[in-house]
Amino acid sequence: MSVIFAILFYLATLVFVVGLLSRISLYARTPAPLKIPTTPAPTTKTGVVFRLTREVVFFESLFKANLWTWAMGWLFHASMALVVLRHLRYFTDPVWGWVAFIQPFGIYAGITMLLGLCGLWVRRLFVERIRYISTPSDHLWLVLLIVIAISGLLMQFVSHTDVIAVKSYFLGLLNFNIGTLPADGLLMLHLFLVFALLALFPLSKLLHAPGVFFSPTRNQTDNPREQRHLSAWGSKMESEN
Amino acid sequence: MADITAPAYRTIPIIPALKPGAMEGKGPYIANEKHQEALGFPGQVPDDWHDKAIAKMGELLSKFRSLRVYMDACVHCGACSDKCHYFIGTQDPKNMPVARQDLMRSVYRRYFTFAGKYFPWLVGARDLTREVLDEWYNYYHQCSECRRCSVFCPYGIDTAEITMAAREILASVGLGQKYSNEIIAKVHKIGNNLGLPEPALVDTLEGLEEDVKEETGLDIKFPVDVKGAEVLLITPSADFFAEPHIDGLIGYAKVFHATGTSWTLSSMASEGANFGMFIGNYEQLRKVALRIREAALELGVKRIIVGECGHAWRVAYSFWNTLSGVGDGADETDRFAQMLQKQLDHRYKQPTHICEFTWDLIQRDALKFDKSKNDKHIITMHDSCNVARGSRMGDLPGGQFEIPRNIIKAVANNFVEMDPNTTHERTFCCGGGGGLLTDDLMDLRVKGALPRMEVLQQAVDEHGVNYMAAICAICKTQFSKIMPVYGFDRRMVGGVHQLVSNAIILGDK
Repeated sequence: MSVIFAILFYLATLVFVVGLLSRISLYARTPAPLKIPTTPAPTTKTGVVFRLTREVVFFESLFKANLWTWAMGWLFHASMALVVLRHLRYFTDPVWGWVAFIQPFGIYAGITMLLGLCGLWVRRLFVERIRYISTPSDHLWLVLLIVIAISGLLMQFVSHTDVIAVKSYFLGLLNFNIGTLPADGLLMLHLFLVFALLALFPLSKLLHAPGVFFSPTRNQTDNPREQRHLSAWGSKMESEN
Repeated sequence: MADITAPAYRTIPIIPALKPGAMEGKGPYIANEKHQEALGFPGQVPDDWHDKAIAKMGELLSKFRSLRVYMDACVHCGACSDKCHYFIGTQDPKNMPVARQDLMRSVYRRYFTFAGKYFPWLVGARDLTREVLDEWYNYYHQCSECRRCSVFCPYGIDTAEITMAAREILASVGLGQKYSNEIIAKVHKIGNNLGLPEPALVDTLEGLEEDVKEETGLDIKFPVDVKGAEVLLITPSADFFAEPHIDGLIGYAKVFHATGTSWTLSSMASEGANFGMFIGNYEQLRKVALRIREAALELGVKRIIVGECGHAWRVAYSFWNTLSGVGDGADETDRFAQMLQKQLDHRYKQPTHICEFTWDLIQRDALKFDKSKNDKHIITMHDSCNVARGSRMGDLPGGQFEIPRNIIKAVANNFVEMDPNTTHERTFCCGGGGGLLTDDLMDLRVKGALPRMEVLQQAVDEHGVNYMAAICAICKTQFSKIMPVYGFDRRMVGGVHQLVSNAIILGDK
């Protein structure tokens, strides 16, 4: 079992990294031939950095759109960020100071993450418009994340797993040594679903994470009159006539 | 018109219930062979339309980062789902921006993604069948490319980009839209959307000079093809004769007259509108824009000023520099753009919006107004969608909202705002933009205007508003046609420069 999970770990990480990088490079290589920032838009590069930061950290546009979706979505994402960072303690020895510092917050963030996810699912199930646009995969993603959160919380608060053994297993994997993973059902469920999430990330709507940085309506500077903006294929038309 | 009645008003804010299938149908008239082929599109749906359409989609995915990213990034969060005026007005769930995008995204997933190829049921992927293609034609012609959804999307997904791509794919397999394609062909052949040839244009403008002389007693000129003029005015051709547009044109001419600016229109480029954007075709967009470049080079003008027109200003402001070199900042080695940019006077923004021009003069005290001439009006401002969300005026973000309002306040005493959730970047489209201003879509146009009419009614009830200013030829045409359906006077809509024209004091300087 330890070997199977080791293979899954390496495989999922590989698919995640390679898949994501290839997708990002595809986005970066695809030209944006016209200036299409949604205005009013920043007129300087610094302004664009601020706009994207507000978008990524505070979900500014979603805030304008719908307070409930924003509250649930932001709660889920912010909590998950804390939870993920907290998990760095299982991959570092000695544990970095700031990771140790956020540990207590990270644990409770598991609960708020679950709350946010449930809120989002309730909305998807019961708001007519959102139910109409939902595909089976939209529901399954929420289920997957909810089960990951619940299994993690159960290990934390109800049925403790041997975290010391888990940590030495993962530290081993980082050095390509396959140790022994505790034979704990909850732990295996938790890990299996996280590996599934990693592997499916670059194939799914989770690409919204890198996508937002490449969105021309958000990342372009509003200076079309001051600076000529021309794509390679657009400029080819000029040499043709 | 007789059989079309206004839907009932509701309580604001409005989140309508779904009425699936409410707007099913065939969509607007399909372009005939002649109009398709004039633009280089096939005249008929070819036998291998399926493969051609998928190949076209692949080509667009590789040429437009917007489409590439937007096909992947949507998470179905629903932020946009209640933002489209066509959805609010028709309640058809396929008019929710996300659902409109999904008409194409479902096909994208089937042919271009792992999940859609092997697990189509899981991610809502589907084959491109003839039924799907016809559904595209219908619903992608119920989007006015107004970008309201893109304001609210957490990833900035702009349905306009997807609508444009869909229309481009449709046209490439013989399913172009009659209204837009016919008009673009006229621009190529004659120089404007109306097909008004040079002699008729000159005649119209001479008649206008006489009318204005009668009204003011002054020789206010409407010059055409004057070589060496300082300013080339590019304005939507509706300004030449449609009501209330023409009152705006008179306004521009009075401003030029008052300041002794030498200006000219061009018979070759007698059109500000660029329907190439509506059909989503870069080549057509560029080709229409190049007429203006040609006219500017030929007439040797120093400045290019654009009249009141929404998408025309978006194209001029955002795309002209790219497409035709009208702008600044081209590379030294960029001969194509430098040829024109060396000729233009860069003390001014190129191109300049007529509102920027007039506001600059007002700030410099170069114009005098009798504001009481507009006292009969209680004015509000309908921000035109493409100006609001696809362009700017002045130096600061949001100038496209401030400058027209500043002008109105400088020439009139009574100005009030409508519900702030429906102005500035949150403004509604008039319901006729994006190539939908055609009689065969009248039902859609009336329903699409409902959200604006509901809010206008609120402003009428609260403030007694009797003049809604807009800086777009499509807004003006659309509103003067559909406002009577809602029980408003058609003359309630008018331009900003119509108000300038009312109040400006002309005399010997």
